[in-house]
Amino acid sequence: MITIIDYGLGNIKAFANVYKSLGVPFVLAAKAGDLDDATKIILPGVGAFDHAIDLLKSSGMKERLDEIVIKGKAPVLGICVGMQMLASSSEEGKLHGLGWMNGTVKRIDSSSLTTRTRLPHMGWNSVEAVRQGSLFEGIDTGTRFYFLHSYYFHCHNSEDVVALTEYGGWFPCAVNSANVYGVQFHPEKSHQGGIRLLQNFANL
Amino acid sequence: MVKNKGLVKTVQFKDPRYVGDPINAVKIFNEKEVDELIVLDIDATAENREPDYRMVENLAGECRMPLCYGGGIRTVEQAHRIFALGVEKVALSSAMVACPELVTQIAAQVGNQSVVAVLDVKRGSGNGRYEVWTHNGTRNTRRCPVGFAKELERLGIGEIITNSIENDGLLKGYDFALVDSIRESISVPMTVLGGAGSLGDIEQLISRYGIVGAAAGGLFVFKGVYRAVLINYPSPEEKKAVFLRSGYGRSPCESERISSPY
Repeated sequence: MITIIDYGLGNIKAFANVYKSLGVPFVLAAKAGDLDDATKIILPGVGAFDHAIDLLKSSGMKERLDEIVIKGKAPVLGICVGMQMLASSSEEGKLHGLGWMNGTVKRIDSSSLTTRTRLPHMGWNSVEAVRQGSLFEGIDTGTRFYFLHSYYFHCHNSEDVVALTEYGGWFPCAVNSANVYGVQFHPEKSHQGGIRLLQNFANL
Repeated sequence: MVKNKGLVKTVQFKDPRYVGDPINAVKIFNEKEVDELIVLDIDATAENREPDYRMVENLAGECRMPLCYGGGIRTVEQAHRIFALGVEKVALSSAMVACPELVTQIAAQVGNQSVVAVLDVKRGSGNGRYEVWTHNGTRNTRRCPVGFAKELERLGIGEIITNSIENDGLLKGYDFALVDSIRESISVPMTVLGGAGSLGDIEQLISRYGIVGAAAGGLFVFKGVYRAVLINYPSPEEKKAVFLRSGYGRSPCESERISSPY
């Protein structure tokens, strides 16, 4: 069952609304005991990196999630700060990330921004898939998704990059390694492209 | 704008005209793949009541695009409740004038990116200076929008929406003098509302300021010289054409991948 991690951050209701309208069964998990039937995990997140890690730890779900994702190999999809949490660390904070995927989180280089581009990167931007299929099955390259962030996931292995977006330089906006997936944009608020991506994750 | 649970469009913040049911409008805006929706309940503060949570929940349940809600939010708890209903951003106006620290308090819980200030601006009749108004343009705070915008940025606001009371509903274009005065004083994202009557107006805005939020009400709910109510929105091709004509150059999907480390 698709399990949406409800640790107090991110628009949980928006994911629930999409899956409800798609007729895909899902549950919300707010404590470790809610994770027993989790076969696929959605990890949302907004705001600051350390705050997100802190909240996930204090929810009591972190250790159980480690087991399910690392040992159980259940697919997990991190979204926005949820994606950044997959990394080992972030320039935004001091705490360790989940380390489920090889990468570190960096700030978008503001020296590459002009007076016309600012942080946060907020709004719709086109997403260019460099790896076909999987999450992007049936989604045209160049499809626009909604972004809201100032940091990005820097992949240590370039083969983990699934899609790129340009804002003050190109950065990975979708990543995947084995059962771990992440997207920087908000599929739950990106119209048909986002709905399709969430459907694709459900179909994995 | 929402009034009496109906979607309305005003002219210079007066004469609200009913243009439809908000939920229906959201469904149409979903189909048209609108970039973002800002819903402002213009009764809530005027009637000194809380947000209509039921209505917000229904709107958020349908909305497949980012949703910003404003109207009647005076406390961190109320903001929290709005977020829990599936809303991305909360907009503050009169409460933030009365208590600017509210911005910091809400931002601490949900992040700066989700806290938006709406500055309703009008020129004073005597001095001709821009001033921030609240309560649907009936109360003059006497605050200068530039100074207030800077203060809000210091307090952690994530985005500033300026709404020109004088241009509202006239469909004759944005107030560039107002945007000019604020734009270079702040570094947070800015969205401009009030007066857009054509895609040409949006093109001019983008041409002048680059990456900027272009918001409109009347443009997307009226059609033709008689202002018949018809919800409309530019197609992806039309939007792309606006970007290209604005001289901002390209729509992002056409950029070359240069100096990419990936």
